Amino acid sequence: MQTSANLVWLIALPLFSSAILLLVGKRANSWGHVMATTVSASAFTIGVVEFIAMQSRADENRAVTQKLFTWISVGSFNVDASLLLDQLSICFVLLITGVGTLIHIYSIAYMSHDLDRRRFFAYLNLFIAAMLLLVLGDSYLNLYVGWEGVGLASYLLIGFWNQKPAYATAAKKAFVANRVGDVGLSLAIMIAFATFGDVSFAGIKEHAEHASSTQLTAIGLMLLLAACGKSAQFPLQSWLGDAMAGPTPVSALIHAATMVTAGVYLITRSNFIFDEAPIAQLMVVIVGGITLLFGAIIGTAKDDIKKALAASTMSQIGYMILATGLGPIGYAFAIMHLLTHGFFKASMFLGAGSVMHGMKDEVNMRKYGGIGKFMPITALTFGLGYLAIIGVPPFAGFYSKDKIIETAFNEGGIRGIALGLATLLGAMITAFYMTRVVILTFFGNERWGHKDEPHESPALMLIPIGLLSIGSIASGYILSKGEGLVHWLEPVVNPLKEHHEELLPPIVVSLMTLTVVAIGILIAVSKYRGDQLAQAPEKVSVLTKAARRDLFQDDLNESLFMRPGQSLVRNILNIDYLVIDGLVRAVGGVSLTAGSRLRSLQNGYVRSYALLMIVGALALIAVIWVVTA
Amino acid sequence: MAIANYLYLSAILFTIGAVGVVIRRNAIVVFMCIELMLNAANLAFVTFARINGNLQGQVVAFFTMVVAACEVVVGLAIIVTIYRSRRSASVDDASLLKR
Repeated sequence: MQTSANLVWLIALPLFSSAILLLVGKRANSWGHVMATTVSASAFTIGVVEFIAMQSRADENRAVTQKLFTWISVGSFNVDASLLLDQLSICFVLLITGVGTLIHIYSIAYMSHDLDRRRFFAYLNLFIAAMLLLVLGDSYLNLYVGWEGVGLASYLLIGFWNQKPAYATAAKKAFVANRVGDVGLSLAIMIAFATFGDVSFAGIKEHAEHASSTQLTAIGLMLLLAACGKSAQFPLQSWLGDAMAGPTPVSALIHAATMVTAGVYLITRSNFIFDEAPIAQLMVVIVGGITLLFGAIIGTAKDDIKKALAASTMSQIGYMILATGLGPIGYAFAIMHLLTHGFFKASMFLGAGSVMHGMKDEVNMRKYGGIGKFMPITALTFGLGYLAIIGVPPFAGFYSKDKIIETAFNEGGIRGIALGLATLLGAMITAFYMTRVVILTFFGNERWGHKDEPHESPALMLIPIGLLSIGSIASGYILSKGEGLVHWLEPVVNPLKEHHEELLPPIVVSLMTLTVVAIGILIAVSKYRGDQLAQAPEKVSVLTKAARRDLFQDDLNESLFMRPGQSLVRNILNIDYLVIDGLVRAVGGVSLTAGSRLRSLQNGYVRSYALLMIVGALALIAVIWVVTA
Repeated sequence: MAIANYLYLSAILFTIGAVGVVIRRNAIVVFMCIELMLNAANLAFVTFARINGNLQGQVVAFFTMVVAACEVVVGLAIIVTIYRSRRSASVDDASLLKR
């Protein structure tokens, strides 16, 4: 395999920049954001250079590696800190640095009034570095470092405005939910080490076929748990909605385009394990199916524009996870949806940020309305993202989502029908809630309740959104042209290894999808046309109430884990206090009491000492007498 | 005269001394009572030496005398010092050790 000396700079540049911004402090306030953006753009340039170089090579020579140093060397166990850039990771590198750079530019304007802008950019660069390490690591151990790094960056950025206690709590919630997944990943690494004696992708891939299916299933399920934590999948999904406490560019970059898709990357990267472990693969499909409907249903009831988009993200990642569970061809479609989703969801999040910018940080869509004519460019770009996510041809989502629905149907049998219907239903609900978001925000009566008209955002914010919109128009076509991405990823995931029969012709699936999408749009239009109230209606169905409460995910977690956990801890504390401390205190108490009783004998009078001695001597004599008699 | 009578005498003397130590306050008298107890013990030693027909008890008696002499020297010195500083020879007044 070829080596390249450039890879390290992808990670080192943003990492150094982040360290400099944090260490130099206030003196960097004036130029910090410029440096951070430049660094991110440089990383993107390196990515593009590597991509072009990779394209010019033959299929089997495309992957490049770089060994940084020997990390662990114990007996026969060797782990190098080395990087691997192959067809799969280059997709992520370009997405992370490309979208990342645009969001850096956007943030310069968006955060310009924030006193802590430099710290914000430092965290953004830290995130870029960690995420690149995650996708470039050539072993699970290297990946793990990046995995934890993005968790840290996500925590820091969700709680960026930690002066508000609710935001700090949201950051903690995200961190704790992610920890559960991280435990899964570390267990997966341990099982892999126990099974294969190796943690590198290449090493495990080589031996995966010979391992027992139990071990592979165990590794697969643990990896799935990890993916659930990071990608906000059922049952660890509850943190994503609250993560919207972070600044909007963070929501766009980390909680829509890149970090939350790390779970999809993990499963795709571990394709050699999942292909050999059908049970784990089935679980992947189930988790994806549940989450895509779960997120979509939550999305229908949210009035907070960012939370509606977050629910949508959860649902779209559900699509990707479902696709990864559909076997070799599914991986490629999952990555395709991931890339197109990265574009259109980031552009919509940035659009939401632009709306908030014009509306004095109001996030409640019930207080929006008719913004389209005040913010035409934002409305246009948001509209393009909207058309992309609901899957209208020829926008990006059409190509990627249709492929997933098609693949789901092609599974065949009951499973194929169930999955296909689930994905279709998801597409309909997606059309419904996204139409709802667009109507409530950009159309209808003005409900913001104050005289100040919303103003369009500065060019520095609009240009990144515009560029992302181009992606949400064109990326789907470019990636699927001649099955380009599928062939590109072939050496990594073997998408053509087994060829499913096409049960339904693609055109039928597309027509079905478009029909349900149209139904979804029509329902939303008929429901939300005309004037709306600035308050959410109180009298709503049980289902709406449930969706507003996030389908009771927090209540469930609270009653199932948090309260029992608290009472367990409280009981252990009581046991510690009463039994263990109690014993220690009892020993002390007995000594103290005995001492204070005995002290009264020590009265200083010689005669009483003498009496005691005599009594003691007599007692001793009596004892000896009794014993010897 | 039965030799056991010496032992009775020794016991009586010891008891008188012990009771004296416990009930008298004057340091000199207490001191004398201690001497009485020592000598009662000496009498017992000598008597037992006589009973057993060897010299060990008598040797111990000599030891006791020497020790008693030393004790008298030290003890009287202490009593005199206490009397000088506190103007009292009562043992109950010298109860400072409890602190």
